[in-house]
Amino acid sequence: MSEQATGNGALVDIRGVEKVFRRGAEDIQVLKDLNLEVPAGEFLALMGPSGSGKSTLLNLIGGLDHPTRGTVSIAGERIDQLSDHRLAAWRARHVGFVFQLYNLLPVLTAERNVELPLLLTHLSKAERRAHVATALAAVGLEHRAKHYPRQLSGGEQQRAGIARGIVTDPTLLLCDEPTGDLDRKAGDEILGLLQALNREHGKTIIMVTHDPHASARASRTVYLNKGQLTREPND
Amino acid sequence: MKFLHLIWANLRRKKTRTVLTLLSIVVAFVLYGFLSAIKQALTGGVSLEGANRLIVRHKVSIIQLLPESYKQRMEKIPGVASATHQTWFGGIYQDPKKFFMQNPVVPEEFLKMHPEIILAPEQRQAWLTTRTGAIVGRKTAERFEWKIGDKVPIQSSIWSKKDGSYLWEFDIVGIFEGRDKNTDTTPMFFRYDFFDEARRGGTGQVGWYTVRVQDTARPAEVAKLVDAEFENSSYETKTEAEGAFVQAWAKQIGDIALITASILGAVFFTILLVTGNTISQSVRERTGELGLLKAIGFTNAQMLALVLAESCLLAVLGGVLGLGAAWLLTSHGDPTGGMLPLYFFPARDVLAGLAMSVALGLVTGLFPALQAMRLRVADSLRRI
Ligand SMILES: Nc1ncnc2c1ncn2[C@@H]1O[C@H](COP(=O)(O)OP(=O)(O)O)[C@@H](O)[C@H]1O
Ligand SMILES: [Mg+2]
Repeated sequence: MSEQATGNGALVDIRGVEKVFRRGAEDIQVLKDLNLEVPAGEFLALMGPSGSGKSTLLNLIGGLDHPTRGTVSIAGERIDQLSDHRLAAWRARHVGFVFQLYNLLPVLTAERNVELPLLLTHLSKAERRAHVATALAAVGLEHRAKHYPRQLSGGEQQRAGIARGIVTDPTLLLCDEPTGDLDRKAGDEILGLLQALNREHGKTIIMVTHDPHASARASRTVYLNKGQLTREPND
Repeated sequence: MKFLHLIWANLRRKKTRTVLTLLSIVVAFVLYGFLSAIKQALTGGVSLEGANRLIVRHKVSIIQLLPESYKQRMEKIPGVASATHQTWFGGIYQDPKKFFMQNPVVPEEFLKMHPEIILAPEQRQAWLTTRTGAIVGRKTAERFEWKIGDKVPIQSSIWSKKDGSYLWEFDIVGIFEGRDKNTDTTPMFFRYDFFDEARRGGTGQVGWYTVRVQDTARPAEVAKLVDAEFENSSYETKTEAEGAFVQAWAKQIGDIALITASILGAVFFTILLVTGNTISQSVRERTGELGLLKAIGFTNAQMLALVLAESCLLAVLGGVLGLGAAWLLTSHGDPTGGMLPLYFFPARDVLAGLAMSVALGLVTGLFPALQAMRLRVADSLRRI
């Protein structure tokens, strides 16, 4: 899948990416000469052992960090060279994030949390409210709109997180271990929800997980190992 | 404004901490209000009229007297437009705690020297024709419910009459108003010719002179010339701007202005630390949340603004509440029963207070805001 072919219109196109972290005097090479193409409408699972660089890769795709070398193109736009300021605006327009932790601000209700990305748009208050209602309905949380995160179960919190991730109708939904903190049942519900978003609404999703059960729901799974992607798990 | 909800929610995160911080800001600004009013009371007479008026007093101390004949000599000095004198009477009406000033003056000269004292023409006429006549400011007239035509007995602590009695009686012939808000309308003025003739000692001697400087002359140079004129006489003088003189009076009670300024400095320094600590703690606690906002697409500038808005909201809220409370508390006027006739919280100090609250917000929010701005998203989301 990850041939060195020229740009074929893949939504996510990563070429020759290298990521080196400097810790003190020591250089840690996390990704090296990594290539990845994700076509629009795919639900990709990214697996690999802890510390293998999954989050690092996801952050590069989401424009949260710059690669040390190589190119990251999303929907035909090179984002690896954008300034921090341009990247922030780019993220607001194109990416929805769902994290394992810190998903919701505890001081805001579910609907106010979901509204956050819309504050960065030019939508009116009424329009924002309508979008929030749609997103909450899509994750089946409309009856919890006025609840604070502490009043929600883990699964409900994560659903609110997904609602926030999709409320701007982003190009890409990036999930970093979205079920990592949930029990099996709640986790299954979240996976079902992501699957539905992908199948019924055509959302392109990239999900980091180390749970084979989770990756089974994806349309494709890739493995990160020693800084490179493979199609098979590599002991 | 759509971010207001978010800013407000962040302040409510730890309600107790926010309320305590808010309270300490409020207290600081109430204190500021009181101290402003006290400072106003001690230095208020200074500004407007005082600029071209000088006070000439005995070099050794204010309680030593000067000859009445100095007036003619002063008016010959280049740069002096006119001179007139007052004398400290030190009188008490009914209760020594109900302090107000009463001085003998030469009516025409006095009124000309002090255009800020507004007296109706017929009352002025009455004063010029009544030897025992006295005029009193609106505040004191209302305080003792004096009306024109009243006879008021004043017990002097310094001056006795020829019959040895210290009890003097005056006829109220006028009630004057102040032209400006900071014109003192508590004193009483009566006629020097009556006083000089009736007093037992000190005839021909007066307390101090007020000198009007010609518009073209420099007050500081005129002051030097006046003091030079009387150098090596048995009554050497010390000449100061009127404002300096008022403050010198205040120094009799202690250097309150300096004390209040130091208290204020200490209070605001403490408030700076308290508020700064609250904001930076609150920012540190939510590194993850701030990282999330950045991931969502909040720009560096927006992060900076968000934290600054939070600290400014807290500081300005505290400032407005504190200044408002101080305004209310000082609006009843002089709490000392007469010692501080110009006691009020001046509008310019209220505005300065507001500016200070904004500055407090900016200063305390700046470092946490920069911290939030520099936060690297990927890092902030890593840790648990
Ligand atoms: N900002 C950073 N500074 C230094 N090392 C980092 C940084 N971010 C990640 N790393 C290192 O890179 C490696 C990959 O991290 P990560 O992408 O979080 O792994 P995963 O998500 O697969 O568990 C780890 O060894 C981690 O310690
Ligand atoms: Mg990870």
